[in-house]
Amino acid sequence: MDDAALDAWIEAATAALGIAVKPEWRQAIRTHLAISLGHAETVLAAELSDHLDPAPVFRA
Amino acid sequence: MNPFATATEIAAAVRDGRTSASAVIDACLTRIERLNPALNAFTAVTAERARARAAALDAGAKTGPLAGVPFAVKNLIDIAGLPTLAGSKINRDHPPAAADSPLVTRLEAAGAILVGALNMGEYAYDFTGENAHEGPSRNPHDLMRMSGGSSGGSGSAVGGGLVPLALGSDTNGSIRVPSSFCGLFGLKPTYGRLTRAGSFPFVSSLDHLGPLALSVADLALSYDAMQGYDRHDPGCADRPVDLVSGGLESGIGGLRIVSAGGYFRAGASPEALAALDGIAAALGVTETVTIPEAQRARSAAYIITTTEGAALHLDRLRTRPDDFDPDVRDRLIAGALVPAAALVQAQKFRRWFCQQMLRLFDRVDAILAPATPCVAPLIGQKTFVLDGKEMPLRPNIGIYTQPISFIGLPVVAVPVATASGLPIGVQVITAPWREDMALRIARHLEAGGAARTLQPDL
Repeated sequence: MDDAALDAWIEAATAALGIAVKPEWRQAIRTHLAISLGHAETVLAAELSDHLDPAPVFRA
Repeated sequence: MNPFATATEIAAAVRDGRTSASAVIDACLTRIERLNPALNAFTAVTAERARARAAALDAGAKTGPLAGVPFAVKNLIDIAGLPTLAGSKINRDHPPAAADSPLVTRLEAAGAILVGALNMGEYAYDFTGENAHEGPSRNPHDLMRMSGGSSGGSGSAVGGGLVPLALGSDTNGSIRVPSSFCGLFGLKPTYGRLTRAGSFPFVSSLDHLGPLALSVADLALSYDAMQGYDRHDPGCADRPVDLVSGGLESGIGGLRIVSAGGYFRAGASPEALAALDGIAAALGVTETVTIPEAQRARSAAYIITTTEGAALHLDRLRTRPDDFDPDVRDRLIAGALVPAAALVQAQKFRRWFCQQMLRLFDRVDAILAPATPCVAPLIGQKTFVLDGKEMPLRPNIGIYTQPISFIGLPVVAVPVATASGLPIGVQVITAPWREDMALRIARHLEAGGAARTLQPDL
């Protein structure tokens, strides 16, 4: 995703969430969003069973 | 008394009458007053309370495994009468905590004496120990360097000999990273072992609390004192207390210990690799294992952290964005924009990864891995070289700790001296609920001198 696409995402989603982003924050948010989306891509590429339960309240 | 006396040594001296709790506390408070301006480890010193408790202890039976031992807690842990800051400016507006956290209460029931609250990265979202509101806590081995985070004040206070024992929290490495940078023993227990009630959360799926200390025996004593089910933390497991102090000297005979390869060596600095290999050699480890999908485990931990953290703070991001540390705010805003499907998939992957690791623990007892890829960076440093590439520092210091806390495995971070004079940590990782084994191995390393704390000349 290029910078323009990331900026469009930031603009639309922060508006939907009610977060007022100042222009001087934009570059850092874009950097962190790109990192996070990279990790999301890695996670979403995992082939997992439909029957695997998510583990948010986790008991080791 | 030597400012680097361990909790075990202090408690023995108080019980035997060689010193008094009041003398210990007076010396501790004097050292804090002298050194905290440089280290910036404390955000509040509870001197009056500490002196009163010491006097009461001296007037009484002087018993308890931690009799007269000063300790301090990361300022996301409740202290009655103080607002629980969690490193933030925003929480300064919160009312004071009505009661101490259960962990503080349990340590004091064992004779320990609280002396204050410790600096930390804002809302625990850092590995640096930096804080825009309080200033950075500093590394006692080089004041220009990071203490590590997010339990930076905990690392700085124990590493500097201000207190022998501190509590921190660890969501992705926040006990193990400052233990590594400040050269301490740190215990991140199994997820669900120690209650988190009375602490300010970050990522409920991943949050743990635990001790940082100058010795393995001190970790064990404090851990034993803090165990026990607490229905006020839904993540706390209803398990029997499993006391570990008595078994520390059992040695490592028969334990199957391996070293983590692949992901856990890629990107590690020469110092980190030398420390890992030195610890492996001291334990006679010859086998290297590959942990399956460690990179994806790290990514999943990252996604859970950034999305849960963003959800926790969303209202504050809407209403008080200028009151955040900018480094934290901008990461949290980005986290709020990650698709929900990634979070759910990350939680499913957590189940899969745990199953794989439990299979690995069928044939091994402990795994060694670096705690951090490098020694403490300079305060203010924004990038570092990782695996030949320049990378942002703040999100990447925890690459070796994140896959482990992701599934709540117990870890003892052990300190190793490097040629640079700065310490670095190695993780001793065991199966769920086997803190006893990780501590035994750490004790063996400490007794043989392979793992040791360094005492800075401050």
